[in-house]
Amino acid sequence: MRMFTMQDIPRADVEEFLFAEADLLDEWRLPEWLELFTDDATYSVPATDVPANASPDNSLFYVADDRFRLSERVKRLMKRTAHAEFPHSRTRHVVSNVRIRSRAEAELEVSSAFITFRTKDGVTDTYFGSNRYRLVQVDGNLRIRDKRCLLDSEGLRMQGRVSIIL
Amino acid sequence: MASYPVLNSGIMVDEDRKVFKVSRQAFVDPAILEAERARIFDRSWLYLGHSAELPKPGSFVTRQVGGRNILFARDAKGELRAMLNTCPHRGAQVCRERSGTAKSFQCFYHGWVFGLDGALRSQPGEASYAEDFKERGTSNMQQVPRFESYRDFNFVCFDPNVQSLSDYLGPAREYLDVICDQAESGMTIVGGTQEYSMRANWKLLTENSIDGYHAVTTHATYFDYLKATNGGLAPVPLKGSARDLGNGHAVLEYKAPWGRPVAQWIPAWGEEGKKEIDRLYQNLVERFGEERAERIALYNRNLFIFPNLVVNDIMAVTIRTYYPTAPDFMNISAWALAPKEETEWARKYRLYNFLEFLGPGGFATPDDVEALEQCQRGFRNSAEAQWNDISKGMGKPVPDYDDELQMRAFWSNWNKCVFQERA
Repeated sequence: MRMFTMQDIPRADVEEFLFAEADLLDEWRLPEWLELFTDDATYSVPATDVPANASPDNSLFYVADDRFRLSERVKRLMKRTAHAEFPHSRTRHVVSNVRIRSRAEAELEVSSAFITFRTKDGVTDTYFGSNRYRLVQVDGNLRIRDKRCLLDSEGLRMQGRVSIIL
Repeated sequence: MASYPVLNSGIMVDEDRKVFKVSRQAFVDPAILEAERARIFDRSWLYLGHSAELPKPGSFVTRQVGGRNILFARDAKGELRAMLNTCPHRGAQVCRERSGTAKSFQCFYHGWVFGLDGALRSQPGEASYAEDFKERGTSNMQQVPRFESYRDFNFVCFDPNVQSLSDYLGPAREYLDVICDQAESGMTIVGGTQEYSMRANWKLLTENSIDGYHAVTTHATYFDYLKATNGGLAPVPLKGSARDLGNGHAVLEYKAPWGRPVAQWIPAWGEEGKKEIDRLYQNLVERFGEERAERIALYNRNLFIFPNLVVNDIMAVTIRTYYPTAPDFMNISAWALAPKEETEWARKYRLYNFLEFLGPGGFATPDDVEALEQCQRGFRNSAEAQWNDISKGMGKPVPDYDDELQMRAFWSNWNKCVFQERA
């Protein structure tokens, strides 16, 4: 298989990577999912009444994880004592509208649209919005340096919580 | 729909046997919600917003409070205004934005224009109206019946005959003072609102917000997380007391091992953090003396103001308010309150503390949501399994922070409001 650089990697490869990420989440293979992130990675979900590029250092977010907090989030979600997700909900992360927004020498900016269904105890909630990724290559593999989920909903009504990873 | 027997009281109290029970019907019966709307939400002081949300003349936010749509604005003179967001002409909502800055408000339906104070300025086709139509004042946007403030916390009440806000708050004022005295230049609301919902009765969140008893089990994974952070926590055991503040208000005041941005240092914050926290602490000592400085900095407060305002001064400060839309559904809004003069370092760690514990995306609140929704499910059995028990700590001279005195304070007042006719 031919190796691509970040300058010429085709969108299909990026899509494949994002689809694989979604599968890991839906199969609750969260420790493997975490391996898709770089050591300096961040993952965030801003409040829905702040600008898309707001900083969690001075605006209130729902989620603003550095790599440490993200790994703790994964550890927590795999425990029986993470009550909101025990037993695990069933989810389906649908990823679409994948676009490569920009290419730097070592980094891609990618956006996608998402619809994620979560069902548990007879109740199904829908999360929708766009994901903004900064992707890099580590040892020839795509890795996530930053993932920002921008919810299109007004707050978290009806969902009530982001107990899963979006 | 199931029909419920008519309740004469929602609580069952036996002081001698130390029994305090709450009817589970109070969480499921639509007739109870109707009574709550008429006798609690239409008559109590309700939190509208913080003055810092309206920094200059023309600033506004729109907000639902007690089932009404309110336009909260700062007028041209700098005065705060709380208006019913409905056109005096034919009823449409005048302002349809969540927040912003305006010179005037225009209803798009027929084009009536109102000043920042709600006074009618112009309407198309003025010649077809009586000459003194505008001057009558009867076609201005209506102000809420009562609007008062304490320490930049703004409240409204839809009962014109309600007692003053100051009397209503009573001893709760002193706790708001302690919280607001963290700041030398006043408190502000940090950008970003957490808006969420729960499929649970609103009173469950009242209980949960001031419940010291559930932390160890419901939030086991949060404490796991704190232990895993580099350097860990302060060597301070969870310990403190609960107090009934009258009028249904209550407070917990206690020490805890987590970091407080004003001002309890934890090893995880390192040397830079230590310098900053020491400086903040010293500043409090200079302003208030040792004793009050210690209380402000090292004690946590879960303050509940009847019927639906929570000001929790814990690892960050949150203002939280919530409303029922059905017996088994509520909407919640939460803001982060912080000193205006706070450094970038402290603001950052405050917000991290906030979203680790308090938010619906954090390591704790999702489990609270789960617990409350599971209670609501449990109440489907309320025809047979009829009672909740909140008797923990009854008869103690000073109940502990993890007793249930504060819930009894809420429920006693709730019961009085719902079931006793006003004199």
